[in-house]
Amino acid sequence: MIETTGLRKSYQSRKGRQATTVDAVAGLDLSVAAGEIYGFLGPNGAGKTTTLRMLATLIRPDGGEATVAGADLRQDPAGVRRRIGYVAQGGGTTDTVSGREELVHQARLHGIGKAEAGQRAERAITAFELGEFADRPCQTYSGGQRRRVDIALGVIHSPGVLFLDEPTVGLDPASRAQVWQEIRRLRGEGMTVFVTTHYLDEADALCDRIGIIDHGGIVAEGTPEELKQEISGDVLLVGLTDGDSVEKAAGALRGEPALHRLETPEDGGLRLYVRDGASAIPQLLRTLDGAGVAPATIQLQRPSLDDVFLARTGRSLA
Amino acid sequence: MKLARDTWLVFQRQVLLMVRTPVWLVVGVVQPLFYLLLFAPLLKQVLGAGSYEEAYRIYVPGLLAVLVIFGGLFTGFSLLGELRAGIIERSRVTPVSRLALLLGRALREVLALMVQAVIITLLALPFGLSVAPLDLLLAYLLMALLALMTSAISYGIALLVRSDAALAPVVNTVAQPIALLSGVLLPLALAPQWLRSIAEWNPFYWAVEGMRALFAGQVGDSSVWQSLLIVSVLTVVAVWWSARLFAERVR
Ligand SMILES: Nc1ncnc2c1ncn2[C@@H]1O[C@H](COP(=O)(O)OP(=O)(O)OP(=O)(O)O)[C@@H](O)[C@H]1O
Ligand SMILES: [Mg+2]
Repeated sequence: MIETTGLRKSYQSRKGRQATTVDAVAGLDLSVAAGEIYGFLGPNGAGKTTTLRMLATLIRPDGGEATVAGADLRQDPAGVRRRIGYVAQGGGTTDTVSGREELVHQARLHGIGKAEAGQRAERAITAFELGEFADRPCQTYSGGQRRRVDIALGVIHSPGVLFLDEPTVGLDPASRAQVWQEIRRLRGEGMTVFVTTHYLDEADALCDRIGIIDHGGIVAEGTPEELKQEISGDVLLVGLTDGDSVEKAAGALRGEPALHRLETPEDGGLRLYVRDGASAIPQLLRTLDGAGVAPATIQLQRPSLDDVFLARTGRSLA
Repeated sequence: MKLARDTWLVFQRQVLLMVRTPVWLVVGVVQPLFYLLLFAPLLKQVLGAGSYEEAYRIYVPGLLAVLVIFGGLFTGFSLLGELRAGIIERSRVTPVSRLALLLGRALREVLALMVQAVIITLLALPFGLSVAPLDLLLAYLLMALLALMTSAISYGIALLVRSDAALAPVVNTVAQPIALLSGVLLPLALAPQWLRSIAEWNPFYWAVEGMRALFAGQVGDSSVWQSLLIVSVLTVVAVWWSARLFAERVR
């Protein structure tokens, strides 16, 4: 449904006299199959919004090719616009009109006739459970209500592909769950959903496939399971007492045969990647003891998507 | 056809928004009213006009011209507001015509300004303004074109500077000499020759001249067709310019 090759976009910005170039998206290749929820996971400034805005015809790529829902992004942007829905990171409802009026207007912008637009708005209000507030001005909505209206607006014309830019930012867990449920329902209706997020749990729980993006490029791609399997084994989180330095402990552990990899996260402690956590703990403890380090806590974890990100970029997303 | 439908759609929505927050109408009418009540008596003295009727015949067309020129020039702020709120972005991911997105908004501004112009004309009538209905209609047509032109110019500037903080000084700087050199407050007939020579390069000067001729009942005066022609051409140019900027810059 979505194919891109070498998609690029850079921004020039001037700081004083010095011109700097930011490669917001630097040669992106991705392929999203019909009917899947594809998650675009990456930290702030990774290039998620820029990618989405290119695919939604809002900005022209500097280079590369893309087809969206069967239409070529460069040759036929109007065709792309007809077939997609796009929900921006910041939404975009008008304060003084009601959700219903927005829905009708949006449908009409898509060329749908008046009567049909009214029916579609009614159906969307039922499907997204907006009835309670659909006839009040949008400025009175809560964050979660507004987000659901945003999504309803994005799909009012039944597009084949829906782009959602960070649909659950700032929502409480209940509202997030509700938005996830809506997104799954849309997939159930055959829609392809391309969603950006910087929430690990969201990518993990909601998405069929994930592309991890950093500095404008994909660093890993696959189903959440595939990605996590890549980090074979377990993760041990070692908490240290105030007296012991991270450097000292890390120094002692380097060279341990059971250890694949060792990270020292900014929030303190150590993050150890080992093949089999349960059997590695005693040996690692002995080594630490030998170096005069007494850990305060040890936790055994299955690897998360954050570990994948950490392994690929050396930084943590969480 | 599609352009007309889309423009109508955007226009309708914009009018709805305007009707929901009617403060603009109060502000837009009260300010000119002050000029009418507090400045016109002064003008009558300065011009040595025999009656209020005579003073208003010169003053009201100028006042209306100022209203549409300035009102139009400041409409860029609403475009910036909608851009910031993501409303324009949402409409751009639909097949709706890009020109319609701009034109529908500009026409809303034209409507708002014409409503104000009509109210001010009506308010001036009891004070002694008199004008033939057909001449008045022609004057309104000229004003509507002026409003469309200045709105389009304002959108263009807004798209270039992209910030509220920058738009206000830029618009003021553009508007100031235009207003002074168009003789809106006092007719430039009172001005020294060199000032008049400069003013002749100001299209708004011609517009105001045309307006005054119409209010004076001289529909056959050459300034009438000249002003209509000049303003029509410039309106087309301004709309074309801002539409091109809109298609290029809004991303
Ligand atoms: N109009 C612009 N001018 C200059 N730089 C820009 C512009 N838009 C984006 N950038 C830069 O491009 C990079 C990618 O931005 P983008 O908005 O795509 O990130 P993102 O992944 O969506 O981040 P977030 O999670 O914060 O929304 C950033 O470094 C950003 O500062
Ligand atoms: Mg973003």
